[in-house]
Amino acid sequence: MIQSRPRTPLGYLPILLPAFALIAFYIVPFGSMVGMSFFHNLGGGAYEEVFTLENYARLVSPFFLSVLGTSFEVAFLVALFAIVIGFPFTYLLVNARRGTQVFWLIVMLSVLSLSEAIIGFAWSTLLSRTAGIGVLFEALGLTEKAQSYAPSLGAVLAGVTYIAMPYAVLLLYPILSRIEPDIEQASRTLGASPLRAFFNVIVPMHRTPIVVSFVMIFVFTLGSYLLPQILGRPTNWTLSVVISDQALLQSNMPFAAALSIFLMTVTILLVLLVTLINRKGAKA
Amino acid sequence: MMKSSALSRRTLLKTASALPLTLAAPAVLRAGGEPLKVGVYGGYFQDSFDSFVYPEFTKATGIEIESIAVPTGEAWLIQLQQAARAKRAPADVSMMATVSIMRGMRTGLWAPLDETAMPNVSNILPTLINRYDDDGLAAVGAVSWYVTVATNTDVFPQPIESWAELWEPKYEDSLGLLALVSNSYLLEITAKTFFGGTDYLSSDETIREVLAKVAELKPNTRLWYRDEAQFEQALKSGEIPIGQYYHDVTGLAAADGFPVRSNFPKEGGLRESGNWGVARVSDKIDQAQVFIDYMSQPSVQAMLARNLGTAPNVARESMDLTDEEFAAVSSDIEPVIPRYDLHFERTDWLNQIWAEMLQA
Repeated sequence: MIQSRPRTPLGYLPILLPAFALIAFYIVPFGSMVGMSFFHNLGGGAYEEVFTLENYARLVSPFFLSVLGTSFEVAFLVALFAIVIGFPFTYLLVNARRGTQVFWLIVMLSVLSLSEAIIGFAWSTLLSRTAGIGVLFEALGLTEKAQSYAPSLGAVLAGVTYIAMPYAVLLLYPILSRIEPDIEQASRTLGASPLRAFFNVIVPMHRTPIVVSFVMIFVFTLGSYLLPQILGRPTNWTLSVVISDQALLQSNMPFAAALSIFLMTVTILLVLLVTLINRKGAKA
Repeated sequence: MMKSSALSRRTLLKTASALPLTLAAPAVLRAGGEPLKVGVYGGYFQDSFDSFVYPEFTKATGIEIESIAVPTGEAWLIQLQQAARAKRAPADVSMMATVSIMRGMRTGLWAPLDETAMPNVSNILPTLINRYDDDGLAAVGAVSWYVTVATNTDVFPQPIESWAELWEPKYEDSLGLLALVSNSYLLEITAKTFFGGTDYLSSDETIREVLAKVAELKPNTRLWYRDEAQFEQALKSGEIPIGQYYHDVTGLAAADGFPVRSNFPKEGGLRESGNWGVARVSDKIDQAQVFIDYMSQPSVQAMLARNLGTAPNVARESMDLTDEEFAAVSSDIEPVIPRYDLHFERTDWLNQIWAEMLQA
């Protein structure tokens, strides 16, 4: 690709619109959130525009750290499941017939069109004692009596993984579809079984895309607040649930803003750390 | 605050199908004057007021009404306060939760009202009247509703007689309870049931003591819900066979043939209320007072009980409700009244200790 700087100021014109959009729709709202996090809450959505650190002082507590821990636990496990299921699935998909590929991609895209509330209710019914797999397991004799599997951590993970899966597939699809078929054939010629070729050749080759997809799903999942409410017990409620409670139900905007910035800062640090480790690992 | 979504859906369909369409015609501007803007929760409440209340009010007083949909939660309070700064009133009269009324009182959002212009307000139960410190009337009770113990009768055929039964080990992992300190009011219910009354919630120590008793409900609680629909559906199917829920909605579900019952505990049901407040910047305070006076009549309160399923805010003897009609919306047992003062003054602290109790 040929890159050159514009020779006249006019040449910068095409990037003015995106730059303006970025400032107006991203930097300004974000800046106002940062400002908000230092205001004093008066209750009922009212706040005083004075500088205070009280919102940050409140969140530095064992309680919020443990809620943050819950958020990371859910996001980590969901990202893990989404990649562990999504990577082999996508690998099989890119090697499948065109028609099969189109079918599954449409299925994946249509999942994205469902509202989270609908998905939450569907999973809670599916995992229920009275109408869900509880009844099925009892009929099959797997359990003595029909049981309920929601609300629970497992239910939250199932629901959120369901939402994250299409993202995993859509992230990995373009990368995996560029694999040369020769690579697998070559490893097979050298005596590797299909499974061994997959784990010892294909997976290590895609180390960086896997890490990048993992991090993207992890960050995406951190924002999930509806499914942990519907499918989880209070111990499974994530920091995003607490933020939405503060903003929507307690109308404490300054504290909600401080919690959001806290979550974001820790997330950015974590992503930087992972990127750094991955880069070192790739060099080694 | 959560009431409108609690009552919407099926209840709305039920009532909507019963009304003559002519009543739903929009209010027409009266020549020469603008209509009085009245805000109630959008959805079920607004639809019902549009059908049953406003046309009759206009017929009785000649004052036209413009119906405004008000969001639940505190969003409307924020909008009113911002508009007041610009000397605008998006609604002249608004129905508000009690804590929101108190927050508005602190900033002087509500116009002080003239009681002599509203003789019927003397019918309203004294606990539902909010006054400024200098005795000026700030808000008047509009409608009330009860939260009781709802049970699925297929799973638990015997009636529940006391809130204390919720603590019994036989209900392990069976309860559905509201998730927040500010909508479950479980501190008040627990104080009334085990500590002699809600006055017990007088200091940090006693509040923590009551909270520790609430924490004993955790092993019994399957679902801490924010969304009423989620619990209602689970209650009907028997998935979560017992919990706190709206008395009137449970009654309607039972009338529809679902195996559910609302049980009034001997300690009383939890009674919540919406209140009328008039924006200070409104230029129609006189008309607003006519409206509040009209709404405070026993006959109108009885009509609301029949058509909206709300609990009347006036003495039972003053109305012509039959025993059956009264029992469908209310009870003679002394109710548990939320400690709104506490929720107003200690919002963040209560919220914090509640979250730590629940999520620990």
